[in-house]
Amino acid sequence: MKLTSLLASAAMVLGLATGAIAQDKTKVGFIYVGPVGDGGWTYEHDKGRQAVEAEFGDKVETVYQESVPEGADAERAITQMALNGADLIFTTSFGYMDPTINVAKKFPNVKFEHATGYKTADNVAVYSARFYEGRAIQGHIAGKMTKSNIIGYIGSYPIPEVIRGMNSAFIHARKANPDVQFKIVWAYTWFDPAKEADAAKVLIEQGADVILQHTDSTAPQAAAKAAGNVITFGQASDMSEYAPLPRVSSIIDNWAPYYIERTQAVMDGTWASSNRWDGIDKGMVGIGEISDAVPAEVKAEALALKDAIASGEYHPFTGPLNKQDGSVWLAEGEVADDGTLAGLNFYVEGIEGDIPN
Amino acid sequence: MIVLEKRPQPSRMWTLLTPVLAVLSTMVFGGLLFALLGKNPVEAIRTIFYEPLFGEFAFYYRPQLLVKGAPLVLIAIGLSLGFKAGIWNIGAEGQYIMGAIVGAGVGLAFYPLDSIIVFPLMVIGGAFGGWAWAMVPALLKVRFGTNEILVSLMLVYVAEQLLASMSLGLLKNPEGFGFPGSRNLTEYASATSWINQDVGMHWGVVFAFIAVIFAYVLLNRHMLGFHIRLTGEAPRAARFAGVRPTRLILFCLGTSGALAGLAGLFEVSGPGGQITIDFNIGYGFTAIIVAFLGRLHPLGILLAGGLMALTYIGGEIAQSQLGLPAAAIQVFQGMLLFFLLALDLLTNYRVRLRAREVA
Repeated sequence: MKLTSLLASAAMVLGLATGAIAQDKTKVGFIYVGPVGDGGWTYEHDKGRQAVEAEFGDKVETVYQESVPEGADAERAITQMALNGADLIFTTSFGYMDPTINVAKKFPNVKFEHATGYKTADNVAVYSARFYEGRAIQGHIAGKMTKSNIIGYIGSYPIPEVIRGMNSAFIHARKANPDVQFKIVWAYTWFDPAKEADAAKVLIEQGADVILQHTDSTAPQAAAKAAGNVITFGQASDMSEYAPLPRVSSIIDNWAPYYIERTQAVMDGTWASSNRWDGIDKGMVGIGEISDAVPAEVKAEALALKDAIASGEYHPFTGPLNKQDGSVWLAEGEVADDGTLAGLNFYVEGIEGDIPN
Repeated sequence: MIVLEKRPQPSRMWTLLTPVLAVLSTMVFGGLLFALLGKNPVEAIRTIFYEPLFGEFAFYYRPQLLVKGAPLVLIAIGLSLGFKAGIWNIGAEGQYIMGAIVGAGVGLAFYPLDSIIVFPLMVIGGAFGGWAWAMVPALLKVRFGTNEILVSLMLVYVAEQLLASMSLGLLKNPEGFGFPGSRNLTEYASATSWINQDVGMHWGVVFAFIAVIFAYVLLNRHMLGFHIRLTGEAPRAARFAGVRPTRLILFCLGTSGALAGLAGLFEVSGPGGQITIDFNIGYGFTAIIVAFLGRLHPLGILLAGGLMALTYIGGEIAQSQLGLPAAAIQVFQGMLLFFLLALDLLTNYRVRLRAREVA
């Protein structure tokens, strides 16, 4: 017998066996790339998991596995969850894309949700948040606050999601302060406190007095605090333990509403594959409390920007915008479409350096 | 008063007994750790050691043991040759990466040619990549007397940078919408190392077994193997016996590099599937533990590789079923090496109780 059918029948047998006692209990699994205590990305996904438990109480059972490497091990971790009877599995990092698709083929009756990827199937949906909306607000505050006019940016991997954030932050930092320059360091990790701290220190030594990060730990915050006179923003999570300084605001990923909605859909039998990309308006992206270290007028401007984005009145990628090489990307008043944004692989005009290639 | 007395010769009994004692101590202290974390220690230990082999889903986990154990055994066999002779290749992780890059590169260069020749060429490429990377510390040591531990270790980080660059540039999937990572080799029939995915068989598993047999024959039946052992056990005697250290260094580092490169190639074209930034997950370092846990003996390494794979797979099950933190599993694996090294004391020393001398 092929493993595919073997797995499927095993899953069915298990479903029948446990069906009698736990008919109403929906099992929801989560695969995390970092530890649940990372204080950033994984921490927020785990808060989403807890929200699912709080919402449905006895009707759900949640399981998770943390620090799962992206690659061969991920496939086993996901398979294991499906074998153990999960009805819905959230795989919460880009690198789980192919493993998720592979496992989904073997378990047609299990629903899968992959964060930040682009491959879908009948039982695989993808979801992400429009973090770039939050980056616009960050960029504005950063542009206003910097005295050295050098903003440091810790990149994780040069994938569209990260490049989108850099562009959005840069565009709005330049609008607030035409002399702003970005210095970018690629850490090639989502979570590695030691590397992140090193990256922050390098940027600070190069004169950056604002540090933006697209990595998940609080190490850059700690490095900024130690250096003094450097401001930071919470990434993925509020990181409010570093407020009011160095952390002056944050982008908060709020996955709870989405996780609850999708779990409900599985319970109701209405789940269907989809491609969700929500932003500030739906609450998937939150802006953390802007601390008193930010002057009142800058804070007011930032909040006005947030409202304009939430209401749909303003899009962070609105022309005129040129690509790095000076060629026209968006004409006056033109707004970037989601397709281009999803695959964004170039810097806008003004950012120096090359995307690693 | 307890006194340690050096044995004239390492105890043969303790050499065989310490790994078993180390595993048992790890179970006891690991259980204690799990208990402190509020989990049932018996249940946790049972999940780690029993569940993958005989549990409900053993039909899925048993093949996974092969998948997880094969690269460990393949790399550890290579390392053990050098370790026996006192040549310390710590950079197998880098050689593993280079094998994967070169091997996958060869395969991708032929894409989408459907030919039986593609995979053998990839195998040669993989071995070459690992071998060439190991030749750097080897030649530097032979020529300038540099320390191979430092050079091979540092080259791991160079290889990681190269891996990132390859995933983002040269080997990037042209149909991947700009996302990093190469084409998936498992979807390219001529280039995959899978023989039968359902039973966990890929060429890496086959090569791991072959490597064990070859190493055994080499060490026990061959002059070169004798030289390796002699150099490790009695360097002066080896020199008198006419062992040429240069040749030995080149051979040991080269072989371990080639085997690590092969492990990388089989992994990237099978279980891993593609070159990505995070392709390497520490097999090259874990293999060092496997080599020592297996007493640098080919058969011991085979068993140790299986045991290590078991703690990985069982650890994952314990994580998702019992909610044990990932870090606790890593500590558990670390304990294994710790106890092994600690108990090794008994191999080389005798513990004596002696009456306190009256002053």
